[in-house]
Amino acid sequence: MKIARRNVGILLAAGSLIAGLAGCAGSPGAGSSSAGSSSAGSAGSASTSPQLSGTVTVYAAASLKATFTKLASEFEAKNPATKVVLSFAGSSDLVTQITQGAPADVFASADTKNMGKLSDASLVDGKATNFATNVLTIAVPPANPASISSFADLAKPGVKVVVCASQVPCGASAQSVEKATGTTLKPVSEESSVTDVLGKVSSGEADAGLVYVTDVKGAGDKVKGVPFPESSNAFNTYPIATVTTSKHKDLAAAFISLVTGSEGKKVLADAGFGVP
Amino acid sequence: MSFHIDATVRARNLDVSLSLGPAETVAILGPNGAGKSTLLSVAAGLLRPDAGSARLGERVLFNLDGGSRVWTPPHLRGTALLAQEPLLFPHLSVLDNVAFGPRSAGASRAQSRETARHWLAEVDVAQLAERKPGQLSGGQAQRVAVARALAASPELLLLDEPMSALDIHAAPHLRRLLKRVLSGHRALIITHDVLDALMLADRVIVMEKGTIVEEGATREVFRRPRSQFAAGLAGLNLLAGTVTEDGLRTFATAGGASLAGGASLHVAGHLDDEAEPGQPGVAAFPPSAVSVFLDAAHGSPRNSFPVAITDLEPHGDHIRVRAGDLAADITPAASAELGLEPGSRVYFVVKATAVQVYAA
Amino acid sequence: MNYSGIPRWVYGLAAVGGLFVLLPLAAMVAKINWAQFIPLVTSESSLTALGLSIRTSAASTALCVVFGIPLALVLARRPFRGQRLLRAFVLLPLVLPPVVGGIALLYTFGRQGLLGKSLELAGIQIAFSTTAVVLAQTFVGLPFLVVSLEGALRTAGNRYEAVAATLGARPTTILRRVTVPMVLPGLASGAVLSFARSLGEFGATLTFAGSLQGVTRTLPLEIYLQRETDADAAVALSLVLVAVAVIVVGLSYRRPHRADIPAEAAA
Repeated sequence: MKIARRNVGILLAAGSLIAGLAGCAGSPGAGSSSAGSSSAGSAGSASTSPQLSGTVTVYAAASLKATFTKLASEFEAKNPATKVVLSFAGSSDLVTQITQGAPADVFASADTKNMGKLSDASLVDGKATNFATNVLTIAVPPANPASISSFADLAKPGVKVVVCASQVPCGASAQSVEKATGTTLKPVSEESSVTDVLGKVSSGEADAGLVYVTDVKGAGDKVKGVPFPESSNAFNTYPIATVTTSKHKDLAAAFISLVTGSEGKKVLADAGFGVP
Repeated sequence: MSFHIDATVRARNLDVSLSLGPAETVAILGPNGAGKSTLLSVAAGLLRPDAGSARLGERVLFNLDGGSRVWTPPHLRGTALLAQEPLLFPHLSVLDNVAFGPRSAGASRAQSRETARHWLAEVDVAQLAERKPGQLSGGQAQRVAVARALAASPELLLLDEPMSALDIHAAPHLRRLLKRVLSGHRALIITHDVLDALMLADRVIVMEKGTIVEEGATREVFRRPRSQFAAGLAGLNLLAGTVTEDGLRTFATAGGASLAGGASLHVAGHLDDEAEPGQPGVAAFPPSAVSVFLDAAHGSPRNSFPVAITDLEPHGDHIRVRAGDLAADITPAASAELGLEPGSRVYFVVKATAVQVYAA
Repeated sequence: MNYSGIPRWVYGLAAVGGLFVLLPLAAMVAKINWAQFIPLVTSESSLTALGLSIRTSAASTALCVVFGIPLALVLARRPFRGQRLLRAFVLLPLVLPPVVGGIALLYTFGRQGLLGKSLELAGIQIAFSTTAVVLAQTFVGLPFLVVSLEGALRTAGNRYEAVAATLGARPTTILRRVTVPMVLPGLASGAVLSFARSLGEFGATLTFAGSLQGVTRTLPLEIYLQRETDADAAVALSLVLVAVAVIVVGLSYRRPHRADIPAEAAA
């Protein structure tokens, strides 16, 4: 009886939440869409154009959270009549959401494979632009308890290594490094996202993990990076594109040119991303 | 080898002291809320009293008065409880229900089943041994419960209205059975039924509001009740007061609100040999000896009590007219002729020779 | 007596409620690639994950029974100071996001955790082990057993136990021969709910135990991972999980010889 009542409560709460979200997503989008597209004709591609207005929704890989949040506020500062809505998740999750009809204007992926999936679904407008690269590095807890100094150290007995599963981009990269170096890792866990790998290292549960350079940089002093030369064997390229179904293509194009332009390059480089 | 209990439970206003000899069966009578079941729970160890002590033979059941407090848990007391409902364990067969006591005492499975079969035969339900409790009638289930209680070979059997949940056909059967099996056992039995007390008990105790108000040999208590409750069970009207030369002067409040005005009045009656004027005493008379009049009837030796009718109810082939604690039995024809209804002010008239006055 | 006393509009809402649950399941079944179904669900990684899920769920259900019965007894039988608080805490995992449970377990049994540090010194490592999976499942499954058993105990009352005591049974004997058998239906449905919850456990496992084939990657984690690359496999495995859950829950609601109890109470 108790369970039942509680469940009803949860369901009701969930129901009202869904209704609320639907309302939020629906009204501002619909209201501003005509304003956005009407300004499109004269706006061209200039990112500083004062005529730009409306809301642009950007779906970006989780590893871009810090940089894109910063770039979004720069964009809004330059174009006071605009608003950038950001959604971060694993690239494949985002592809699934967009193909199921999520209202994305811009998609930035952590690898070319997932951009390819979206392109196969005929949802990429024109051609995607590669705007950054990311390489793997070893993350260790600040005290480095297992004294890791090279990739080969990860294969030492007793070292608890956590990597991404081969099904996700960071895991695929890790596998190609293993192949290139001839080192076989015996991980204690194969996580489904790089965030989970980082979490296991920063909490001290694991002695080392394979993550992206930008993750180590973003984690501050909670983990330490141990670069290794073999990492050049595996890097990810980040493409960005306008989504075909976008109703704010002018805003999308303006945002993409900010990311690929000099401001974008600087912010990305500061975060540890490489240039493609 | 005797049982003695002395217990106070403040929350339920219970303050009782009583003793039982070996193989003595005592019936506890009293209105609802008198504390009868509380007393049984204390004896069984299911309720902890605030003060008091109890002893069953050599065993101290509890002692909360001395410096070193003793509390024997229920399973070590040797007191088996039989409640209104049989409370047979629904997941065990009848046989295993009855074997539960001996098994808990450490007997082997075979031994305890042997004991169980013996007691099932004792209560005439040997043929039900393999059934589940859900397949028994109320009367059968209560018999099995009796067998289960006896199979635990208790030194004191506690029965809490064992017949009250049974239908009128099953009750006499169980009563005969209890009469047979209780002989030779020490038992306390709570009942509302005169018949239970008369048939099963050597002695009765009447409890009211947590204390014992009357106790004595069963026949004596029903022949000469001294408490309102016992008088009710014995089917007698009872007035309490002080014995006089030719009857009884009631206390001002005797009879409660039923006697109009509630004033003290004199009851003329036949004095018992032992009744001495000036002593506290009671006057008892059967409702059948009471006539109802609309006007006061004068002239000795008759008693005429002004009363207000509280209830009218059928009673056999008569109408019982109630006025508070007093009752009169009259014919339906008389009732109709008098036009009686609750609230009517009438006179209860009883001849002095029908009134027994004896010491309280 | 056929009169139900239910207003007609209630049936309408009930139908919507039922569809709300059934429709997504139907949609999922419709998405299944039946040609590939058998190879997908019998792949090595799928079978390993299913086997691990069933083994860990069985173990965590056993733990729930061992610790849940005493907890339910303490909560149901006698009021004491702080009882409401204790109940609230025991039930907390019901409403807590599983990932929060995972974090809490990490800080308790992890290498740097409250107990984990001492366990590590004793040579016991819990993180990244199957034990961690079982702990995470027990954490989320325990309240289900406690809630349903506490309800059963309260409904049964303690009159039978009182009778058993006066018949000479020690408290432990009463628990074994009277209390537990009498609440067996409640205990069984509680255990089944715990098992089902353990089977579906995801968040706490992912946070606390990690994900490694054959060790910590249970069926839900496998589904989550497969979804990255092979949607067909994910959907097929989801159906397997649904089927196992339906079988387990369905079996439990058959309720053996429950009819005895009301008959006895009415006698």
